[in-house]
Amino acid sequence: MLQTIGRRLLTVIPTLIGVIVVTFLLTRVLPGDPAVYFAGPAATPQSIEEIRKKLGFDRPLPEQFVYYVSDLAKGNLGNSLSTGQSVVEEVATRLPASAELTLFGLFVAMVIAVPLGILAAVKQGSIIDHACRVIATLGVSLPVFFTGLLLVYVFYFLLGWAPAPIGRLDIFYSTPDRVTGFYLIDSLLAGDVETFRAALAQLILPVVTLAIFSIAPIARMTRAAMLSALSSEFVRTARASGLSPYRVVITYAFRNAMLPVITTFGMVFSFLLGANVLVEKVFAWPGIGSYAVEALIASDYAPVQGFVLTMAILYVMLNLAIDLLYGVIDPRVRLEG
Amino acid sequence: MKRRDFLKSMTAVAAGSVLSAPAVWSPAKAQARKETLLLVTENGPNNLDIHGVGTNRPGYEASWNCYDRLLSHAKKTLPDGSASYDRDKLTPELAEDWTTGDMSATFKLRKDATFHDGTPVTAKDVKWSFDRAVTVGGFPTVQMKAGSLEKPEQFVVDDDHTFRIDFLRKDRLTMPDLAVIVPGIYNSALIKKNASEKDPWGLEYTKSNSAGSGAYRVASWKPGVEVVYERFENWKGGPLPKLKRIVWRTIPSAGNRRALMERGDADVSFDLPAKDFAELRSEGKVNVVSTPIGNGIYYLGMNVKNPPFDNEKLRQAVAYAVPYQKIMDAAMFKLAKPMFGAASNQAQSLEWPQPHGYDTDLNKAKALMAEAGFGEGIDTTLSFDLGQGVVSEPIAILIQENLKQIGINATINKVPGANWRSEMAKKSLPMMVNFFSGWLDYPEYFFFWCYHGQNAIFNTMSYVDPDMTAMIDGARKAAGEGDWKTYDKDVKGFVTKAFNEVPRIPLFQPYLNVALQKNIGGYCYWFHRQLDYRSLSKA
Repeated sequence: MLQTIGRRLLTVIPTLIGVIVVTFLLTRVLPGDPAVYFAGPAATPQSIEEIRKKLGFDRPLPEQFVYYVSDLAKGNLGNSLSTGQSVVEEVATRLPASAELTLFGLFVAMVIAVPLGILAAVKQGSIIDHACRVIATLGVSLPVFFTGLLLVYVFYFLLGWAPAPIGRLDIFYSTPDRVTGFYLIDSLLAGDVETFRAALAQLILPVVTLAIFSIAPIARMTRAAMLSALSSEFVRTARASGLSPYRVVITYAFRNAMLPVITTFGMVFSFLLGANVLVEKVFAWPGIGSYAVEALIASDYAPVQGFVLTMAILYVMLNLAIDLLYGVIDPRVRLEG
Repeated sequence: MKRRDFLKSMTAVAAGSVLSAPAVWSPAKAQARKETLLLVTENGPNNLDIHGVGTNRPGYEASWNCYDRLLSHAKKTLPDGSASYDRDKLTPELAEDWTTGDMSATFKLRKDATFHDGTPVTAKDVKWSFDRAVTVGGFPTVQMKAGSLEKPEQFVVDDDHTFRIDFLRKDRLTMPDLAVIVPGIYNSALIKKNASEKDPWGLEYTKSNSAGSGAYRVASWKPGVEVVYERFENWKGGPLPKLKRIVWRTIPSAGNRRALMERGDADVSFDLPAKDFAELRSEGKVNVVSTPIGNGIYYLGMNVKNPPFDNEKLRQAVAYAVPYQKIMDAAMFKLAKPMFGAASNQAQSLEWPQPHGYDTDLNKAKALMAEAGFGEGIDTTLSFDLGQGVVSEPIAILIQENLKQIGINATINKVPGANWRSEMAKKSLPMMVNFFSGWLDYPEYFFFWCYHGQNAIFNTMSYVDPDMTAMIDGARKAAGEGDWKTYDKDVKGFVTKAFNEVPRIPLFQPYLNVALQKNIGGYCYWFHRQLDYRSLSKA
């Protein structure tokens, strides 16, 4: 097992090198001149030149690349110009914010979507099946910023049930000491129930928004996988042998249907982590997606490179974890190193 | 199964806390709420120090409130009852007194003033700070230059509490330029301790630490999320501010900023679309204060260096085609000051901005088009900064519609915010909708940036004309020497010339809008368009 993981990790190295080179080059061909941008109002050609020099953009590209890679080797992703902070520090504070939101959203989606998908497959053509189709269609067809704003409008503005959408915590709570970066976990570790509740209250609307969006692919995939499992020979055999419907559906059919569902989870998770920019914007959530987009708008190279690199590493790890899970769920699937 | 149980119970807690969320205020928190201001804006600072590389506008606000300057401005009440800084009256801040000689000015510093860490403020700190501003390059250096503050040799320490500035030339902008954000007084000992060989002026340190003597200091800063300020209890630059704590959150969605204001959760909000401000005002739940932005004009600029807009008649045709009133109504919701429809293009006063003599008249425009030799029409592009899209886009569309009627086919070109400055610097856009405002509210300052032959970045039209340059230089010199007759002649001269030749068409003077809860008092408009926390109070 360890050997397979090791071998798997080795194949990752060329991917990462590729990502580093490509992101470096891509950010340099972006239109827009960071020196002009950061020279601010009332810039003169001379002051723009001074800033270009200060930022190191007057040197030739290969030299800039060597600097970048040697910094990278020291674990230094550079400094963001638009927020003025080191990219490593920013990613470390913002990634947990996104991850907390995404994991929670995905969990809620899973709790709803998987049973829904199973029921829809078992009772194919029934009301539940139609309901599943309708919910899934609505979920994907409503853009997240729309559902987000709608939820804010109804539950915050009209009803006043939800707290103000101003980020991870209300202004009168102080951030719990950082252990994991997940406020829910950190506040519990600190034994601060009030902060835990406040953080949870802030999470609910964005989590529901994300869940509505991600229910669709999970429910549809569960249904399809279950349908093919239910129509296979071994289920018929199990049924013919008089096993209880629960046993047939959950133990035999669902276990076999889990592989594609897990794959969908992985895809939805990595997609959401980077792509929930809109949810982050609506709820003023200090996540990694909005960070990357803001940096991109300001032609701020370092955070964009840092973001792509982080996401690439995460994606690779996620794929590895899913591959390993396959083996656990279905012993027939063995990793061919 | 354990994990699942844990998560299940969390969902149950979640459901419970939604319903009870508003009830968690303890009495202590209610008290804290009274002394704390929650400010929400679209963007937060990227640097707490205006001397830094590429500090953005919100960063100016942090600098303004955390650092003192030698001088500040008095306040006055505008005709509509709102408060504004008084351009013509300088008041003491760190300097308790000053005398202006013929070629120098001497400042007596307050003896009791200290920096946030308790170190006394001395003339050495003032000199170090001014040296820094004129040496670091970029924006601060250019801004100092605008007041003829250019070389470290100009700044002299007479004794611990006496500081002198030697003038390079007579310039009426020197003294007001000491009251803008850039010449703040920095804690030189503290910054030097945190400086390095590569960074002798300690810009890295002040980027994320406030090292001043101002009324507030930054207690915590999470870039892109929030800034928390605490009051500096030993502030000597003025009466102690009423608010103990300022929390400044970045809320990117304008809709949510409005919801926060209407629900009463946020105290102050800038950066709302004009439509929201207009509606908030008519609903009357919150106060909306609108102040014309001094020395600021939204304009339609045409590149006079290249055809076709090197043709004056064509530019005049465009000036008669712009739907001024429609822009006021449909794009600005009347939250702007019209700059069109004067009796003639002849400047009537020294006031700036003032209206020009053009108004929407399509027949006249068509006639001018024919006269200019463009009877068969032209194709061009009309560009604007997407970062200003909320205001600029409707304006551009309205202009495009009218231009079409006189035979000018303008394709709209939306330039992303990051590229806007480099596009502007290239000076190749044929037509653009843009905004410029000068901190120092004097006509010659505006024209120096926008119409002078030095062809600065804000002269987006590349308009270079020897007569114009001579009049601008003349007015600057005359103001410095107090020759008000020449000044009058030159200012009226360059304004009239700018209107007649019309390389840029002034559209309107925008307002700075701010929404405040009814219990917030003491708001004052400042030339830098950022919020001054020092005068605010919460009932």
